[in-house]
Amino acid sequence: MRTNIFKKLDLHSYKLRKFKNKIFYILCLSCIIVAIVPLLSILFEVILRGAPAINLQFLTGNGLHGGIGPAIQGTVILIGLTGAIGIPIGILTGVYLSEYGTNKYATWIRSINDILTGFPSIIVGITAYSLIVIGLIGRFSPMAGAAALSFMLIPIVARTTEESLKLVPNSAREAAMALGIHRWRTIISIILPSAKGGLITGTLLAVARIAGETAPILLTIMGSNFFFQGFSAPMDALPLRIYLNSQLHTQIAQTQAWGAALVLILIVLTLNIGVRLASNNRYRKITR
Amino acid sequence: MTKLTGDNIFKCIVAVIAAFAAIILIVNAYVLITGSVRVFSVSGFGFISGRSWNPGASTFGVLPAILGTLITSGIALLVGVPLSLGIAIFIVEMAPRAVRVPFSYLIEMLAAVPSVIYGLWGMFVLRFWVLDYIETPLNTYLGWFPLFSGTPTGYGFLTAGLILAIMIIPTIASVSREVISAVPNSIKEAAYGIGATKGEVIHHWVLSYGRSGIFGAIILGLGRAIGETMAVTMVIGNAAGAKGMPVSLFQPGQTLPSLIAGGFFDSQTPLQSSAYIGAGLVLLVISLLINIAAHVMVTRVLKVKGGAIE
Repeated sequence: MRTNIFKKLDLHSYKLRKFKNKIFYILCLSCIIVAIVPLLSILFEVILRGAPAINLQFLTGNGLHGGIGPAIQGTVILIGLTGAIGIPIGILTGVYLSEYGTNKYATWIRSINDILTGFPSIIVGITAYSLIVIGLIGRFSPMAGAAALSFMLIPIVARTTEESLKLVPNSAREAAMALGIHRWRTIISIILPSAKGGLITGTLLAVARIAGETAPILLTIMGSNFFFQGFSAPMDALPLRIYLNSQLHTQIAQTQAWGAALVLILIVLTLNIGVRLASNNRYRKITR
Repeated sequence: MTKLTGDNIFKCIVAVIAAFAAIILIVNAYVLITGSVRVFSVSGFGFISGRSWNPGASTFGVLPAILGTLITSGIALLVGVPLSLGIAIFIVEMAPRAVRVPFSYLIEMLAAVPSVIYGLWGMFVLRFWVLDYIETPLNTYLGWFPLFSGTPTGYGFLTAGLILAIMIIPTIASVSREVISAVPNSIKEAAYGIGATKGEVIHHWVLSYGRSGIFGAIILGLGRAIGETMAVTMVIGNAAGAKGMPVSLFQPGQTLPSLIAGGFFDSQTPLQSSAYIGAGLVLLVISLLINIAAHVMVTRVLKVKGGAIE
């Protein structure tokens, strides 16, 4: 590969090279420490500043009584709707990419999926706003929020599904084929069940990520002080409540923002850590 | 002629559903293009090169926001890339087996924290760190230098860039980790064989072998940084128009996403809404270019294979 390798390594000063090696090790170790400091600081501050806000009234009351009940309810509704739209489409896309994905069309879809996972979330918000809030329904709607979020969910679920299905050994497919089982039957009754662990892990992690998205719902559900009022009325959600309250300059609003942040981070991290602990390690690499 | 068997029907159904990804992309592009026709027909190219954002006079220019996006992402890469590479190298090549998994968990946790919480933390915690330990000293001693001039408030390009740096670490670190693990053992063994130290093996062989993959990872991180909305909106200070034209690192500014998120609902006229959608279109074009580049580079290196059945 290189002819002048020995020129690169100054072979005469062994001690200096050992010393440089030590320095390099320490630098890399400090990188990881520097990256973990913000994480710990975030958790620490959210707990410290959020905990005083938490009480029953705060968790269940509506916005007029200083509670985040509507936000919690809204987040649950959004997750449900988004999941109902996004998960089936995502999983079937993943099935196609994994089981039939050797042609050019699939390569294109795979690339587009990859590109969509890095898509700016605010753009999805504009699209859902223009299509649904302005066009289809004519007012702010939880459906617009769910549509925007499922635009973001589908590519992630498709990707993790494809990766988990690829882990199912080909011998399973061949054995099914040898028994004369139809391909679609093999996929539904053999391949999907054996990849169950990976599918559930990947989907839940994707949902956890979507649950914290703010930009798309900022433009689509507006925020509200009241509990769910139907599909053509504004709704609240936790990330949105955090943002809106952080922009108010009163002590109470900010404490509430931290309280809502604590609830949100508990939901997201519980999903994350729980799923990771419950799942096999080999599924871990698919979750980026 | 293919027969109408269960297999073919199933294949057709999943193939059609798979087209959804393409539909999402096309619909997004279509909505943004049709939505921004109005502002482009009024302002023309001036929309991109203009500096003023004045709804009263119906002049809209997104140049400050474009520059703001580039500057904050630049800071994010400058700070985030060395950290991410150090993390990836440490986890793959150096960490004892026992701490490898906990460390990678912790780094992935950084990706799990919602961006609005980064924003909240940025407003109430990081802002003061930046203000007290970076901006005030630099401004006091080097205030004559344009980059460090102005009155430090903690809201501005620097804080936004630093938040982005933290947020892109998990992306860059996890892709580089895969790239570094993909370096063949034989190469490393050959290097150790001629007496190189671990640091030298990584510096001269591993990083140079994985160069293009790591570059792809960095571009992927750049894509994330450019599209990030909430955290930036909350700490950048949202100075509209010419006021947001970047001079100093400490001054409040604007990025394309923060411009949209901060002002979308203040639109008074159809032209103004169209201007926000136009800003979205500019953002879409930039982010598509970057994401395509990253995708091409990363897939080429990691040799992502299509389909389970070869």
